[in-house]
Amino acid sequence: MLAEIPMVFILIGLAAYTVLAGADFGSGIWTLFPVGGRSSRAATRDFARHAMGPVWEANHVWLIFVLVVCWTAYPVAYASIVSTLTVPLFIAAVGIILRGASYALREQLEATREQRFVESVFALSSVLTPFALGAVTGAVASGRVPVGNAKGNLVTSWLNPTSVLVGILAVAVSSYLAAVYLAADARRLGQRELERDFRSRALWSGLVTGALALAGLLVVRLDARPFWNGLTSAGGLAMVGLSAAAGIVTLILVWRSRFGPARASAALAVVAIVAGWAVAQQPRFLPGLTVSQAAASRSTLIAVIVAVVIGAVVLVPSLLLLFGLFLRGRLDEGPRTGVPVLETRGAAGSRRPRLVAVFALACLLVGAGLTVLTDAGVTLAVGIVCLCACAVSAFVLATTTGETDT
Amino acid sequence: MLDAVQIGDLVAADGVPFPPVDQEYLFQARQMQALSLAVHIPLVCFGLSFPMMVLFAELRYLRTGDPLFRTLARRWSKVMLALFAVGVVTGTILSFELGLLWPGWMASFGNVFGLGFALEGFSFFVEAIFIAVYVYGWDRLGPRAHFVSGIPVAIAGITGSLFVISVNGWMNNPREFTLLNGRAIDANPWAALFGNRFFWHEAVHMYFAGFIVAGFLIASAYAWGFLRGRRGRYERTALTIALTAAAVAAPLQILVGDWAAREVAQAQPVKLAAIEGLGQTTAGAPEHLLGWYDGQKVVYGIEIPRLLSLLAFHNPNATVQGLNVVPLADQPPVNVVRFSFQTMVGIGTLLALLSLIYFYVRFRRKRLPTSRWFYRAVIAAGPLSVVALIAGWVTTEVGRQPWIVYGVMRTSEAVTGAKGIPVGYATLVAVYIGLLAAVVWLLRRFSRVPLDSPEPGPAIPPGVADAG
Ligand code: HDD
Ligand code: HEM
Ligand code: HEM
Repeated sequence: MLAEIPMVFILIGLAAYTVLAGADFGSGIWTLFPVGGRSSRAATRDFARHAMGPVWEANHVWLIFVLVVCWTAYPVAYASIVSTLTVPLFIAAVGIILRGASYALREQLEATREQRFVESVFALSSVLTPFALGAVTGAVASGRVPVGNAKGNLVTSWLNPTSVLVGILAVAVSSYLAAVYLAADARRLGQRELERDFRSRALWSGLVTGALALAGLLVVRLDARPFWNGLTSAGGLAMVGLSAAAGIVTLILVWRSRFGPARASAALAVVAIVAGWAVAQQPRFLPGLTVSQAAASRSTLIAVIVAVVIGAVVLVPSLLLLFGLFLRGRLDEGPRTGVPVLETRGAAGSRRPRLVAVFALACLLVGAGLTVLTDAGVTLAVGIVCLCACAVSAFVLATTTGETDT
Repeated sequence: MLDAVQIGDLVAADGVPFPPVDQEYLFQARQMQALSLAVHIPLVCFGLSFPMMVLFAELRYLRTGDPLFRTLARRWSKVMLALFAVGVVTGTILSFELGLLWPGWMASFGNVFGLGFALEGFSFFVEAIFIAVYVYGWDRLGPRAHFVSGIPVAIAGITGSLFVISVNGWMNNPREFTLLNGRAIDANPWAALFGNRFFWHEAVHMYFAGFIVAGFLIASAYAWGFLRGRRGRYERTALTIALTAAAVAAPLQILVGDWAAREVAQAQPVKLAAIEGLGQTTAGAPEHLLGWYDGQKVVYGIEIPRLLSLLAFHNPNATVQGLNVVPLADQPPVNVVRFSFQTMVGIGTLLALLSLIYFYVRFRRKRLPTSRWFYRAVIAAGPLSVVALIAGWVTTEVGRQPWIVYGVMRTSEAVTGAKGIPVGYATLVAVYIGLLAAVVWLLRRFSRVPLDSPEPGPAIPPGVADAG
């Protein structure tokens, strides 16, 4: 029981990453192929780039969360996976750097030749990264990662029917999610034309994704029989069915231009796929290794669970705040809205510079003495605190007094 | 049958769960790891200290109502976000790479140190969330709410690196687990990471370094402008804040460094011997400046009698262990460690001197220095402090060799069995060169936005502007 809890965290993280970062990758893909719309290419691109701005970084931390929980709670399995699947993981990593760098850059570029280059790098890495991560998933699902240091085949472990299929599916799902989300954002910003474009893109990319998923089932049946058996067991079928149903509901909602609920049901369809994968595989993690066998010892598992619970207490309200502000348009660009400008009250320097100076000097003497001369924990700690206090007070003194009067 | 195996007792068929493999390119793997860390760590300095400087400027705005401070904080916050984005991607690479290159380390000890990274993940989550609210919220949140939204950014920057460093502290001073078949069992991760005394000096030394590096780098950009006549009130204010942040930390860093050296002397005598090039165990050991370790002793160096014993143990007659206490195969590459250490200390001393000059003028004459030489020195101080930072880490990390987990697991036992390391290395070098070019270009671009122009940063999509 204890051994499975971190796996639940990992799956939640994966689902969140697929939904949130997936939509982010997808909007990158639409900037490369702004097909099937009436708005100009440039308008589409600018819009898609803008829409993700404030939530971009937060979306990508989910992946890091998945990795670190996995290596803490299931070290041997993690090491086996990363050593066998070195190539796709390295590709994903490079894709992530390129993407982040071009993301930071392109906000600053105007219509220049460099911009087109940077845009292409951005879009290309938006395809590459989800494909590579999907291929990794496919490799694990089809049981191609044996336990051990790079024991699996470095090429066929991830270039095989199931992996390629899941990779393509990951790209398709990302585009689909992005289309739905961007349609909703376009509506919020009152962009009629873009809204129509992304609505039709959402519809047809949804159909394509559904068709791919069906074709995929066939591939899995031929290529990875145990996984197929899992998928068609009772629990697996339930999840696959749920995903299909949520997918169809999303299409209907998009058709009716009800984008808000469509966001939610599209996300549900993806979450159900992740859950279905987990159900189909359990209790197997890697061939010959179950989740509980892969798990670290009790104290580590408890530590991970405690850390995640503490983290969640901080994280969940913060995330709600961010998405609340974001979805209500409070973080959009635009003319300033009713933020008062403070009145100038004149310089407020430190009122007692002498006192601060004496304090800083005293802290320096005590701190230096204690840090250099003592080795015991408590006195040393006091010494370090004094040094920090000296730094802070000297900083305040130097920045709030004197001629520049900052 | 398999299910009968107890949690945490995984034993593969051959009895060794994750046997080490031969890796032809171990050296390249180490270099690749070092390269990625060296790219990440200067960005980390900004993550540590820049939010505090930005918040300080905004606090001054709240206190005085002077719009100059708001402009400053706002322009800096854009730079902060861009550097954070680059920090995120280089950090993400690291979290991939630690597993890709060192799976043996992960497999055997992930259960001990992994917790540090998990906590780090949460910190960066919080940081990413609030940095977005802060930077995108300038025109949307009230002045006080906006200031408050920046506080978690500063806190999370600190806790995040605290947790990473706890991992490094543990690698250097491993404890709180039992070893069975080369693998840690019975791990006690909380105590291993945070009950470890090696952790504290690394954390404190790194924080001070964070202020030194970010402060001097920002100051050197403004000093460059000063020499070209850009000395308006805005520039003077920006320079004062950045330079002061670095200058309060630099002299104190020497005291903290001395503490670090004493901790190393206790926990890693072989590293200390490598730092000083001490071949034989010696009572009343001397210290050598410069020179070269020839395999026995330091030649061509300036010898200062008994100083090493005094510094390391506060006793001029103390006995200091030499490299000869362990076989040659267990000794780190002495000259690399020694040279890095001397580089760090040399630069650190110069930076401290520069800071003292600054404070003298600032407090006695109550103004900024006017000498052109002072500003030339500040320009040099930025890059030099990065060199000191990396040299310090090289001291720590190469001084730990040949162990990845000091005294417990060798780097060669941890390395991946996968082929193609040179290809990955070459790719990564190319990517980092591109990244560096991008960052430099971006920062120049930020600095060129005229002061009175509408805010730089995420452009309003043309469509949106039209619609509005
Ligand atoms: C701007 C940066 C900077 C400056 C000016 C200094 N250091 Fe440093 N030093 C670092 C930045 C650094 C670091 C952040 O790179 C390291 C690497 C690991 C660590 O904890 O801090 C470090 C490590 C480090 C170590 C090894 C600690 C270990 O292995 O755990 C010692 C003994 C010193 N330092 C000593 C000094 C002394 C005596 C200095 C006096 C001038 C000094 N450092 C200046
Ligand atoms: C605090 C977090 C850090 C952790 C957890 C960490 C971890 C590691 C690991 C796992 C290795 C590879 C194994 C080995 O060679 O022993 C390594 C090597 C290395 N690291 Fe670090 N590192 C950290 C910080 C840094 C930083 C900031 C630098 C800056 C440059 C650095 C410099 C190096 C170097 C130079 C090596 C190669 C040593 C050699 O092979 O000779 N480390 N580190
Ligand atoms: C082996 C070592 C390391 C790994 C695996 C690592 C991992 C990461 C990751 C994944 C991120 C991005 C987080 C995000 O998405 O928001 C990051 C950023 C960051 N890391 Fe590292 N890191 C390492 C070394 C260090 C060290 C040595 C420090 C501090 C001393 C540090 C401090 C930070 C900070 C402060 C950030 C935020 C970036 C910023 O604010 O600019 N990291 N790191």
